[in-house]
Order: sequence, then structure tokens, then C-alpha cells
Amino acid sequence: MRHCTLAGRVALIMLVGLAALASGLGRSAFAESADSDSLHDTPKPPRQEWSFYGPLGKFDQAQLKRGLEVYRQVCANCHSLKLVAFRDLAARGGPGFTEAQAKAIAAEYTIEDGPNDDGKMFSRPGRLSDYFPSPFPNEQAARAALTAIPPDLSVIAKARSYERGFPLFLVDPIIQYQEHGVDYLYALLTGYTHEDDPNWDEYIPGHRIAMAKPLSDGMVEYSDGSPQTMHQYARDVSAFLMWAAEPRLEDRKRMGFNVIIYLVVFAALLYLVKRKIWKKVHAGH
Amino acid sequence: MTGHPTYVPRSAAAKWLERRLPILGLLHSSFVVFPNPRNLNYWWTFGGILSFMLAAQIVTGVILVMHYTPQSHLAFASVEHIMRDVNYGWLIRYAHANGASMFFIALYIHMFRGLYYGSYKEPREVLWLLGVVIYVLTVATAFLGYVLPWGQMSFWGATVITSLFSAIPLVGDTITTWLWGGYAVDNATLNRFFSLHYLLPFMIAGVVVLHIWALHVPGSNNPAGIEPRSDKDTLPFHPYFTIKDGFALVCFLVFYAWFVFYVPNYLGHADNYIEANPMQTPAHIVPEWYYLPFYAILRSIPSKLGGTAAMFAAVLIIAFVPWLDTSRVKSAAYRPIYRIFFWLFVACCVLLGYMGSKPPEGIYVITARLLTFYYFLHFLVILPVLGLVERPRAVPKSIAEAVLGKKPHPLSVDAHP
Repeated sequence: MRHCTLAGRVALIMLVGLAALASGLGRSAFAESADSDSLHDTPKPPRQEWSFYGPLGKFDQAQLKRGLEVYRQVCANCHSLKLVAFRDLAARGGPGFTEAQAKAIAAEYTIEDGPNDDGKMFSRPGRLSDYFPSPFPNEQAARAALTAIPPDLSVIAKARSYERGFPLFLVDPIIQYQEHGVDYLYALLTGYTHEDDPNWDEYIPGHRIAMAKPLSDGMVEYSDGSPQTMHQYARDVSAFLMWAAEPRLEDRKRMGFNVIIYLVVFAALLYLVKRKIWKKVHAGH
Repeated sequence: MTGHPTYVPRSAAAKWLERRLPILGLLHSSFVVFPNPRNLNYWWTFGGILSFMLAAQIVTGVILVMHYTPQSHLAFASVEHIMRDVNYGWLIRYAHANGASMFFIALYIHMFRGLYYGSYKEPREVLWLLGVVIYVLTVATAFLGYVLPWGQMSFWGATVITSLFSAIPLVGDTITTWLWGGYAVDNATLNRFFSLHYLLPFMIAGVVVLHIWALHVPGSNNPAGIEPRSDKDTLPFHPYFTIKDGFALVCFLVFYAWFVFYVPNYLGHADNYIEANPMQTPAHIVPEWYYLPFYAILRSIPSKLGGTAAMFAAVLIIAFVPWLDTSRVKSAAYRPIYRIFFWLFVACCVLLGYMGSKPPEGIYVITARLLTFYYFLHFLVILPVLGLVERPRAVPKSIAEAVLGKKPHPLSVDAHP
């Protein structure tokens, strides 16, 4: 068996390859930083701590409830959430409302339904099976009112991201960093740092954003005693939007934990069987 | 392949079937007593892993189709419906989307293993060619599948790739219109892509059968790159390789599960969670990671036709390797210089991939061009010339000697000396 000497040589060659790789990447990374310095000095969103991060991550139900409040009172004036149904508010792994509470929230909305038996459209209070109604009847109405179409927020926490760059992008899958989008949302919502210009945002390339500063201290009342600050609102609504985009996150992580333990144990057992079967052969008959 | 016992049916039912259709005997000789070189290492387990992944993709895909709607106004929402409302829909969809990446990871390891150990050489040329056919079909299938969620990257990726055909002189535009089923990527395109995405995996499965058939005629190559000469050089497929492949497969599944359950969107692009919008082009249109080296080659030629030709050539040149490599020694274990160039080629492909993910500007363009040049240099110059000038090390007389040689096997620590 020549694998011992072979492994050493392979390692040596891999080192040469890696050196070539590193020099190439080093140069391109340098080029990248030169680019971003000259063209767009947009900082990368800082990483935040989230309760739903990591292999056992879970949503903070109180935070989701607060985030829903921020969405309803602020974001919902312009942004739809058309893929989220009221029934989801009472589903497992969500904000943890009871069915009665979710029904009550739904009933606060007016939904256009129909046609009825007379062929007429009619309005009725929302039900659990309804989806969050959109603030504008169509895109044209939104554009007429705002000059731009506000994006739907249902999957926005997964539809936004930022580049981690080399070598961090190789580390991300190992440390399970998947919160690029929600970190970006938080950064964007708190990036309105020019007092005199409500359309200036630190985290937008070129710093021009169509959405004027949406959040400010004290604008949403919290009943759970959490600080009523712009930063807290931004954090809560970002978490809420992560849940809206990935309502099965808790199920997924819980099942993943069990599946991986099962597979690792299974692999270990297979390895032992394999060793036993191959033992005689390795000894040379 | 000599000396393996033939199948003797035991039960009455097996005897009845065997007289009419000897399929049990076929399976028995192919997957039970089939003699494999005894020195196969873990790089040889990826063939089995790929078979599993193909089956997994077909099973998850068939379930997804039960809930997916191939219509341009409904497709995006139907995928979200799968993610939110279908029981375990998130699991099926993430398993399928990440399964494509896992398929390619295993496929690339399998291909590079073939390149390292010279598995394409006589008498395995047809086996290699069938592998290239499987690879091309897989590339096409994955491309078609990526269009189906109808996100921004789906739409614009489809637009970029189908537009390549318009580079063909004279008939290019006609071909592109024919592919689209209209004058732009639209509902008709989505429908036909969906149809073909469902069809191609079964064609892949068919070619896989041929691939295994072509494998079982000469038998597997092995790390020593020499053919088995006696029964001492081989071991029956079962239990030796069923257990080894099984162990490797479960290790691979741990890796797969990590992505599905913990970082399911890492290998995707955030823009694909934005519904397709023909009026809005994304800042950077980036294909899936497994195409990036070829995308870099496409962009590094400053002409549409030239780039397209180079990209297709980069894929198809793999089919000619059995005739481009002039060395008589198969395994890189006995080819000290080829081994270095092999790893340089691996680094070249990885770097090309990185270049493909970057915007085509500044240093990336020059680097990508140099790497493209080296990619073709490897096939067209290095492989043919090296076989003529390199002096290989002495190849062992038999596989048994290569394995048992002079030293005891490092793995058999608990074996009695």
C-alpha cells in the first residue's frame, strides 16, 4: 500500500495549487477593495445576534408579535405581505397567537370578496384563511401614489443579501450563517444617518433610497415594555420578516438536528461493520 | 472476469422467474458477485453516491410536480405554496434544490477521480464517453430546473443562456425564437423547460444503465491503474463494496443534510426570491455555482460567437481525453509530473469558477482569460506531450502486490502480524 508516501506528495502538490490559488485570490480581493473604494463606498451590514441563528435557533415569539405591530402600523402603509395568511399567525413556529387572537387580528381587516349571488363584490371582515390585504389594489395604483412600487415583503428577508467576499463565504456554511438578508434589512432600516436627508441610507449603493426614513423613536406603542426606539423597531420587524419568509424555520432546524444525529450514528455503525468485513482482507487472507 | 459463481435460484418463485426472465441472475452477477479490484479507495464510492442522488432527485422532483404550477404568473407563488402550505414541502423543495448541487459535487469528484487515475483509457473509452453524455444531460437538466421557480435569476439566466444561440451565424435568431416559443423568455419558454426538465432525468437514468453496462464489461479501474490478473486481485461486490459504498453514502448524506436543514439557501442566489420581472435586469446575472467555470470561459472571449464556441468546446473537449492523453500508464500514482499538472488543472477550474462569480471587469477579465488559455492548454498540449516525455515510475505487477506489497496495510492496525 503506497498511500502513506502518496498522501505526502499529494499534500505537497495541493500546497502548490493552494499557493497559486491564494495568490490569485489575493490579487482579486485587492482589486475588489480598490473597486469598492472608488465606485461605491457601501459598508457591509454588520452581523446581528438573532434568536433564530444556529442549529437550535428559534424565533422569539414576543419579538415576532412586536415586529407584526411595526409591520401593521408602519410598513403596511405601502408594502404588501401577500403570501402570509392570518392562520399563519397561530401556526406552530410562529408568533404564537392563539387561534382566537389570530381571528381577532384578521377581523380588523376588511377583505373584498365576491361576487355574491347577485353578482356583486362585497366587503367583509377578514377570516383566518385570508391573506394580509395589499395597501394598493394594483401596481399602477402604487406607482401613481409613490412613483415607485414598494416590494412585497413576504420573502424579502431571503430576497436580499450582501457579498461576504473571500474567504468568509467559505466559512459561512460551516458556521451556519444564513442571516445575510435579515442583517441587511436591519442595517438598511437603521442606516438613515443623515438627519437632513430622509432618502439617504448608508447601506444602499449610491446612498439614494426611494423609501424615506420609515422608523423613528416612539412611533409604535409596545405593550410588553420593550424600548420604543427606532433600533428596537428595526430589529423586531426584521425578525418578523425573517419569519414571514421562512415560517417553517423552527421545524426545519429541529428535524435537521435529529436527522444529522441519526445519520452520524448510522455512519459510525456502518464504519464498524465495514472494518469487520474488511479485516481479513487487510490482513492479506 | 473469471471465477465468480453463477446464480442458483433457491425458492420456487425465483426458479419460476429465472427460467422466464433471468433478471435475478443478472442482478446477482452485477451487484453481488461482481469482482471489483480490491484496492478501490473512497474516491470510487462517488459512482454509487451519484446513483443515489439521481434517484433522490427524481423522487423529490416527482413530488414537487404534484404541487408546482408551470405558468409564468403562478409559478413563483406555487413554489412559495410548497414552502409554506404543503406538508413537508419545505423539506422536499430544499432537498431537491440542494440535491442538484450535491449531484454536481459528486459528479465533479467522480470526473476528477477519472482524470487522476486514467479511468478513461483503453478499454474504458466508451464508459468515459457515456459519462460525458450523462454530464451534458445533467448540465442541461439543472439549467432547465433552475428556471422553474421563475425568480429573477431563473428568468435572466434563461435569457442569457438561450441568447447564446443567437450568436450562430444566419440561423441564430430563428433558433432562439424557436427555443423561446416567442420573442422573449415567457410562459411558453417556462412550459417547454418544465416539460424537458421532467423528461431529461429519465434519459439520464437510461444512459446510467449503459454507463454501468460499459463499466461491467472491463470492470472498474483502480488506484494502481492496472487490470486484475487473478482472483487475488479482486473481491466480490457484496459484501465488500456494498458496505464501503454504503458507509461513504451515509457520510455524504450528513454533508447533504447539513445544507438542506441548516444552510438551505447558501448555494442559491437571493435574487431568485424576487419574482421574475422582464422589465428589471439584476445588477449581476450569475449562474449556479456548478456552471461558473464555463461562464468565466464564455465571458473571457471578447466576441459572442467566440465565447459561446469556447464554452461549448470546454465541455465537449472532455470527451476527447482518451485520445488526447498519450500516456500508457493510467494512474497518476505512477506519473509524477502528470500529478502536478492534474492539481494545477484542478486549481485552474476552481479559480475559473471564482472568476465566473465576479463581475467581468479589471483584474478578473485578465485572470479569467489566462485561466481559459490554461484550461485548453491542459487538454490540447499538456496531456498529449506529457505522455510522450514523462518517464513513469514502475507500475506494480499486480493489484494484490500494490495492496499487500512489502509493508503491512496502515488500516489493519488491529490485524495480527
